[in-house]
Formats: sequence, structure tokens, C-alpha cells
Amino acid sequence: MRSEVLVIIIGMTLVTYFTRFGALALFRFTGIPTWLNRWLKYVPVAILTALIIPSLLLPQGYLDISLNNHYLIAGITAAFVAYKSRNIIATLGLGMSVMLILKLL
Amino acid sequence: MQQTSLISGKNSFAEEVGVALRECTPVVLGVVPFGITCGIMGLTAQLSGFETILMSVLVFAGASQFIGITMLGAGITGWGIIVLTTLLVNLRHLIMGSSLAPYMIKLPLPLQAFMAFFLTDEAYALTISRIPKTGYSVLYQVTVSTTLYLVWVLATVTGVFLGSYISDPLTWGLDFAMPATFLVLLIPMLASRISLIVFGIAAVVSVFGALYLPGKWYIIVACLTASLIGGLLEGDSNHAK
Repeated sequence: MRSEVLVIIIGMTLVTYFTRFGALALFRFTGIPTWLNRWLKYVPVAILTALIIPSLLLPQGYLDISLNNHYLIAGITAAFVAYKSRNIIATLGLGMSVMLILKLL
Repeated sequence: MQQTSLISGKNSFAEEVGVALRECTPVVLGVVPFGITCGIMGLTAQLSGFETILMSVLVFAGASQFIGITMLGAGITGWGIIVLTTLLVNLRHLIMGSSLAPYMIKLPLPLQAFMAFFLTDEAYALTISRIPKTGYSVLYQVTVSTTLYLVWVLATVTGVFLGSYISDPLTWGLDFAMPATFLVLLIPMLASRISLIVFGIAAVVSVFGALYLPGKWYIIVACLTASLIGGLLEGDSNHAK
């Protein structure tokens, strides 16, 4: 165990924990302002969208809207199955199957 | 009061844990290839197996671990730059913490501090999308979070021990499991006009952000812009009534 690596890992641990606990620690003392409450209502939709859409449209880091983008094709399939079934197993099963078939082709 | 917030609805302790485990299984399976990749990457970047595993045990944040390991592998050993990058990459957790704060700040401080350690994208997504169905449940969040943690650590250990025998699992397209499970959580949320607008704005801003902003800033910028506009639209429609 090298000491400079240990210092880096501990530093990463501390700042990561700060980001996870910071908001809770602050609002525990101040309470949550009403204007913020209204803002927070749409955070789940916004954050899930921001996690999903770029990973489908830019899987390699550049914009790829074509039939060669397997993530996009499998993503459209998964979105359709998710809309129809609301079922994680069905969505994941069909999405991953499409992904695998495209990889093998 | 404590009882109702600890386990939502009329589910018993065991049932609640069962539901949580069942619902997080697909997400957990999606985490495995990332954990294995993390283990392999650590060794490739000349970290020892112990250092790689320790990072997963203590930091428990996939994206920033990948970036940290890559920087170490590239010969960057100044702690300042790696720690600062980690901070920036993980700033999005502040937004998730704020989003869960209305439910979590009523809990005892040690429990909050404990649960905060395990707050990841996946645990947040599962916990927040369960609230409209059955209400907030501490037991659900704790079960989902700790399961994700154990699997992340075990997958890293697997990557460290099998790294030299297997190819990188992310090249098989297994990383698609993550957006696919998030889709199932997102789609039921898109039931109102404002949610659809928020979705559209977040989609456009995150794609432009991913193209032109460094690191994970696209998530933060897209989330702040889209949810702020959603909140303002919500305010307008309330005034109109």
C-alpha cells in the first residue's frame, strides 16, 4: 500500500461523502425553503433523463444518431417495452436481447 | 409515527425487504459488469489489488473511481487534481440529497449519516420512484443501498482476481442494463404535461452538455435547468387556478 495512493483514496472518500451528506446536513438545520420544494419536485424526471439520454445518443462520447448505434436501437426498444409493460424484467430482457443480437450481427 | 416512516403501508419487515430486493435485482445485475471492469482497470493502472478494492469499499462511486484510476494510470499522482475531479463528478449527489431531504431530515442524525454514505444514482432512482406508489420507506432505501454496495465491492474483488482471465465485460454491451432500468423508472413519471416538458428540456440540455462540457457537468446543468423550469411552470399553473 503506497502512502500517496492511500491519501488519494481517503481524499476521494471524504469529498464523495460530502456530496452525499452535504444537502441533508444543511437542510437539517435550515429546513427546506418552499421555493426549493417546488423546484425539487421535477428533479427525479430531470436527473433520470440526463442519465439515460446521453448514454443512448452518445455511447462513445460523440453524437451518433444512426442504425449503427446499438445503444440507441436497443434504447428505443426498451422504451417501448417499458411504456407498454411497466415491467423491469421484460424491458431489460428484450433490451439486452436486442443489444446482444446487434453486437453479434 | 416512527413505525409508519420506517416501513411504508402495511407491509411487514420481511415483506418490505423482499420487495426491495426484488425491485433492485435488475439494477444490481447492471452494476456487476461495472464493478468487474473497475477491478480490471485498477490492475491495468498499476494499482495493487488491495488498493483497487479499498477504493471500492471507501469511495463507492463508479464514475469517479473510473476517472481516478485512469488518472493514476496516466501517471497523475498529485492528490489535489484527482480529489477535485472526484468532487466535481459527484456534485450531482448534492441534488439527489436535496431531493430526498424532505423525507430523510426527520430521521435520527446517525441514521441519516449512515444512509448518506450509500447514496448512489441507482439507490436514488429506486427510492424516489417508489415514493409515489407506497410512500417513503427507510427500510426500502437501506436494503437497496446496502445490496448495491455489497455487489459493487464483490464485483470489484471479482475483477481483481479474474482480471487477467476475462476480457472487459463492458465491451459486450452489458452497460446498457443501466439506462434500460432507469427507463422503466422514468416512463411512469411522464404522466403530466409539465413532466414531459421537463423531460424534453433535460434531454436536449444533457446532450448538448455531454458534447461541450467536461466530465459529468451535463447531468448537473441539465438537471438544474429542467427541474427549475418545471418548478416555475408548476407555480404558474397554480396561480392560474
